[in-house]
Amino acid sequence: MSIFKTSGISIKGISVCVPRQIKSTYDYNNISKEEQELFHKTVGIKERRVADDKTTCSDLCEKAANYFFENNITNRENIDIIIFVSQSPDYFLPSTAIILQDKLKLKKSVLAFDITLGCSGYVYGLSVLAGFMQSGQFKQALLLCGDKSTISTFEGDKSAYPLFGDAGTATLIEYDKNASELTFNLNSDGSGKNAIIIEHGHSRHPYDSSSETIYEPEPGIKRAKKHLALNGQDIFTFALKEVPPNIEETIAAADKNKSDIDFFILHQANKLINETVRKKLGIEKEKCPSSIELFGNTSSASIPLTMCFGLEQQLTKESLTLLLCGFGVGLSWGSVVINTSELSCAKIIEL
Amino acid sequence: MSINEFIQKLEAEFEDMPQGTLKAETDYRSIKGWSSMHALIIIAFIDINFNITLSGADLKSTQTVQDLYNLVQQKKSA
Repeated sequence: MSIFKTSGISIKGISVCVPRQIKSTYDYNNISKEEQELFHKTVGIKERRVADDKTTCSDLCEKAANYFFENNITNRENIDIIIFVSQSPDYFLPSTAIILQDKLKLKKSVLAFDITLGCSGYVYGLSVLAGFMQSGQFKQALLLCGDKSTISTFEGDKSAYPLFGDAGTATLIEYDKNASELTFNLNSDGSGKNAIIIEHGHSRHPYDSSSETIYEPEPGIKRAKKHLALNGQDIFTFALKEVPPNIEETIAAADKNKSDIDFFILHQANKLINETVRKKLGIEKEKCPSSIELFGNTSSASIPLTMCFGLEQQLTKESLTLLLCGFGVGLSWGSVVINTSELSCAKIIEL
Repeated sequence: MSINEFIQKLEAEFEDMPQGTLKAETDYRSIKGWSSMHALIIIAFIDINFNITLSGADLKSTQTVQDLYNLVQQKKSA
């Protein structure tokens, strides 16, 4: 348990961009008709968005970020920090955030760097920005979160391929001396690294011809070492074990009760995980919005995507207390209790 | 919870399953249409009803519905 509090920052707006191309679970013929139905019902995914060959996650985030400038929600020169949270950067190097400084025409005095996290990345990204900004020396920042996960999944792997959708998001954060406290609770467990992993292609095992060899870890599951491998059962158990106490600890540390939280925005990995977590915590269904059915697991984009997709009305018109919780690859997980008030929340943009 | 109640509740979780399909001695992985998603449904069912989170290895150590029930009893008393 690693709990800490910050103050002085608030979310001003959220913008989300997804690729136009839709892939339906019911067109995935590596599983039977019955399995397609069970997958839709249990995991919760009916369809997801898939970027074309030319589009990267940073392109989606760039489009999302431009919403704030094109709609006069802020000006480019106001941005002091830009952080790109993703596991699908444009290049091995340099950091994608620096490339985005140029593409978004931000000033050169901007701080720009990447954070390599997936499902927990939105909450971690918020915490890093909160740390930078609470002193009031930076006025506004862009937190860009998302992934093009479909670049690393293999169609022959039914345990991973139908799960992931692509998305890029931009969250505009500003210094606000009157903002209420944020309570974070961030955790890590590297012993679970194999639960979601791409083994080949980086320095532990650089890409070579063996990275392309298709193997069959279990009957009906085929992939190569350059592809994303996922152990669904281990992730499932991890989430059920760690997420409910993490949420409860965070709410208690924020001196609140569950009933004080207007909405619980959980990472969208699997409907059954979120439903089980919800039931274990005794939270009403309407307090847990979901986006997984139409977008799949969008990695670090899933929390802002779910906010814009399911809560747009409330976020733009009301003052809310939210619990955000990300969990997954790493293993890495964390929650934050945050207040929002009349956000600029864009309709989901397509690219 | 008795084994019979356990079986009834588990059958209800596998929504499309006709009542009476599961017996204590049923090798649950041999059920027609079995998939890895059913394993997740079992883990969720046991978690909600008994507050016990089974690992993948725990589940692997079981074969029949009775094994599952016994594992839960054993973990409950541990």
